[in-house]
Amino acid sequence: MRLLPVLPVVTPLITAAVLALLTKLLPRGWSSLIAIASAVATAAAGALLFEGSLQQPIIYWFGNWKPKGHIALGISFAIDPIGAGLATFAAVLTAAALIYASKYFDSVENHFHALILCFLGAMCGFSLTGDMFNLFVFFELMSAAAFALCAYKTEDPGALQGALNFAVTNTIGAYFVLTGLALLYARTGALNMAQMSEALAAHSGGKLVLVAFAFVSCGYLVKAAVVPFHFWLADAHAVAPSPVCVLFSGVMVEMGLYAFTRIYWAIFDRTLHAHIPSLRVLFISIGVATALLGAIMCFSQRNLKRLLAFSTISHVGLMTLGIGLFTAGGLAGAALYTVGHGLVKGGLFLAAGILLHRFSTVDELDLHGRGRTEKWAGFVFFAGALGLAGLPPSGVSAGDDLIHEAAQAVGYHWIRWISFFAGAVTSAAVLRATCRIFFGWGPRRADEPGGAPKTQEARETDRSRQATPAIMTGPAVVLVMAGILLSFTPHLKRVATQSSITFQNPEGYTARVLRANPEPTPPAPVPADNSHLLGIVALVCAAIGAVCYLFSKPFRSTSHWILRPLGVLHTLHSGHVGDYVAFLTFGIAAFGLVCIFCLK
Amino acid sequence: MSYLPYAVAAWLFLIGLYGVISSRNLVHLIICVGVIQSSSYVLLLAVGYRTGAAAPVFVDIPVGTRAVDPVVQALMLTDVVVEVTVVALLLALAIQVHKRHGTLNPDELRKLKG
Amino acid sequence: MTRRIRQRFFLISAAALALCFVWGYADLPPFGHVSSSYANIVNAISVPQRHITDAVTAVNFDVRGFDTLGEEFILFTSVLGVILLMRRTKDEPAGDHEDKAPGRKVPPVSDAVRVTTLLLMAPTILFGWYIVVHGQVTPGGGFQGGVILSSAPLLLYLCGSYPKFRGAAAPRLIEIAEALGAAGYILIGGACVALGGLFLENLLPLGTTGTLTSGGMVPFINLGVGLEVSGGFTLILLVYLEELMEEKE
Repeated sequence: MRLLPVLPVVTPLITAAVLALLTKLLPRGWSSLIAIASAVATAAAGALLFEGSLQQPIIYWFGNWKPKGHIALGISFAIDPIGAGLATFAAVLTAAALIYASKYFDSVENHFHALILCFLGAMCGFSLTGDMFNLFVFFELMSAAAFALCAYKTEDPGALQGALNFAVTNTIGAYFVLTGLALLYARTGALNMAQMSEALAAHSGGKLVLVAFAFVSCGYLVKAAVVPFHFWLADAHAVAPSPVCVLFSGVMVEMGLYAFTRIYWAIFDRTLHAHIPSLRVLFISIGVATALLGAIMCFSQRNLKRLLAFSTISHVGLMTLGIGLFTAGGLAGAALYTVGHGLVKGGLFLAAGILLHRFSTVDELDLHGRGRTEKWAGFVFFAGALGLAGLPPSGVSAGDDLIHEAAQAVGYHWIRWISFFAGAVTSAAVLRATCRIFFGWGPRRADEPGGAPKTQEARETDRSRQATPAIMTGPAVVLVMAGILLSFTPHLKRVATQSSITFQNPEGYTARVLRANPEPTPPAPVPADNSHLLGIVALVCAAIGAVCYLFSKPFRSTSHWILRPLGVLHTLHSGHVGDYVAFLTFGIAAFGLVCIFCLK
Repeated sequence: MSYLPYAVAAWLFLIGLYGVISSRNLVHLIICVGVIQSSSYVLLLAVGYRTGAAAPVFVDIPVGTRAVDPVVQALMLTDVVVEVTVVALLLALAIQVHKRHGTLNPDELRKLKG
Repeated sequence: MTRRIRQRFFLISAAALALCFVWGYADLPPFGHVSSSYANIVNAISVPQRHITDAVTAVNFDVRGFDTLGEEFILFTSVLGVILLMRRTKDEPAGDHEDKAPGRKVPPVSDAVRVTTLLLMAPTILFGWYIVVHGQVTPGGGFQGGVILSSAPLLLYLCGSYPKFRGAAAPRLIEIAEALGAAGYILIGGACVALGGLFLENLLPLGTTGTLTSGGMVPFINLGVGLEVSGGFTLILLVYLEELMEEKE
């Protein structure tokens, strides 16, 4: 126990340093193997930590700087199951992406592996830490690695522009976080989350706390790509290499939501608990807007990766709904949703990468009918659509169940229709793409103007191979099947709900961190019998919608006519970084004013 | 004035944001991001100051003298050096953009519409 | 959005944001009167418990050493990123690039500049190492000293032509130094665990206050960080000046 809590962070980082050291000395393929081994080791360490923290959250003080008179001096890792689970999940996705990437790039720079490992180390540190500034440091590390990885394909002008948009918006978000952190430090004199919570609870609130809350939350929500901070995500995903997109969509974006929810429950809940109904309204509005906008934009995309990126935005909106309910059930649902969605989306991005590798394009219309030879990629796409709609044994449906139950408990019965809509539309988009590419259904040309314009995608590999190697299809299939069958994991919902109860216990957290008092084990929740009908209905609607769209011109014309006023949305997503930052400013200002006026 | 440093920090942040949205040159835009960074450093340091206190270096002053806050200084110190490298990364992106697009004007970069 | 609409939209949002700033900052304690028991405790224990007279270094490399590890890796990652982004891709011609914009007449380096920069090089390097090594005694440390050290090769560039600079600052050596610095921090932390403590616990003998060997493991960390920062910044300079990294197979 003296080294284990640190291993998920230290293993990838030291491997990255070693790879950079030995960069020209290693034979081809060795750096890939070493990187994969490191990711697997990290996943193992994360899993052990998850096991260990189920009974009692693990507290680890770096440098053995224990609290002195209830004032935290050193940096602590406060490891609970949700954090450890997220770290393990990040490592698993990284291992899959690295296995895929070992044959994917023809001449992989060793620096690629080092960067991905730094990215993984940062994500693990981010999920395990209990210190605000440490969270910021790992956030910056995650971002720096992400910017470089996003711009990997330097030959593609779009990649550079996408990476620039990504970098500028996220850096500005990070500096909002630091500003909020400075304000909190001035009020509380602490950087440790538990100590901040105690100090805030001792004084009364005041506008400073609200403004700091707004800044810190919005900074992390920029990473989470909720409306109106979401503009960078589609650009970044459209241009990053496919294995990197797996990590972006699967876990990096969800880290933003994790940070928000950790900060709220660990620091602000003791001050803002009475305002939870207003916060609920705020976050549910954000979630609904994100889910709907993402779904609508998703359906009108031609570029597969951009389509998947908008579907990520939509599903992040649904996760925000779960978190925004501020109950244990909602958080548990969001956690399961993250894992289920991440696995499925990872598989889908890898499959899109396979298509790009074989056919040098990810434009849906250009690929019309050409995918017939890629049976496995087609399978992954089809299974992915099932997963996105929330078909019952999938992780997404388990998350949905918990979220709907929690929503019902606090009176928001209509949330299930939002997730129905988002799931159906995103699934329909993927099904439409699957049928068009792999079966050759539907028209070859866009017969109506409108919708997203065609984008050029640079090749990620140099030679297209006759057959896709198994090392590329393997991870895609494994990921998507794991996502679809996630509900079969024993005790999944019970563990998730219990972990959420522990997570949402600020007094217990503070006592455990500052005074080493053990926390009581939360009670086992009563299992509810959910009707799984909604997921199946969503899938059926998605299938019908996709098929009608492909085969019926009147249906297409009607849908384009309905969506025509939404063409303004496409102009808003202009690719111009100034526009994005203007929306960011608007979002933070609005959030700040809402906090000041509604959370007095 | 006892709130002037905070006002400076807020002004820097806002002017940096304005620079980013109205910029016509990517290098200028990235430097404006640097201005936003400076704003948070000014705030951090302002929060650490104690009137009439000494620097937190106890070589020639006895231990126990009232000193300013070393924690924020430490946070800011490492952050400044590190953010220079992040700005270097952004500038490398700008150089490559210029090489591939031939322009540094964000208004002319139109690859990612929709 | 057109430029005009964007500016108007932004100005409205910025006004609202300015309100948030004003309300938030007005609630702060006045400048100079912020109190923090964390800071007071650190100031009080820095010398008795760690024999480090510079409290800022004590915070950076001991009390909050793990943060500094993360920051060091941000530097490492950004440098890797710059190298990755500026690599020569297959569709670009190889060969020496001229060290000036096309069509410009660059006057030769004057003797005055040459003499001054050469004279300054040794003091710069010495000063840089002085700052690195004295981090635990006076203000300084790996980060500041590393930046000063990395300006020495730049002086060489200013005084001579680019090839001399390239020859003196061998990229491979600097990459190795940089990676060693980064790995070194983690290895020191691991060594602390091997010695029976927690990660980055300061278990080495603390030495006499006010000397170069005070602080236990802090001098070693200082050296590692100095190596890493100077290596990283020199690499960035190299990459920028060369503008295309050669891909040596």
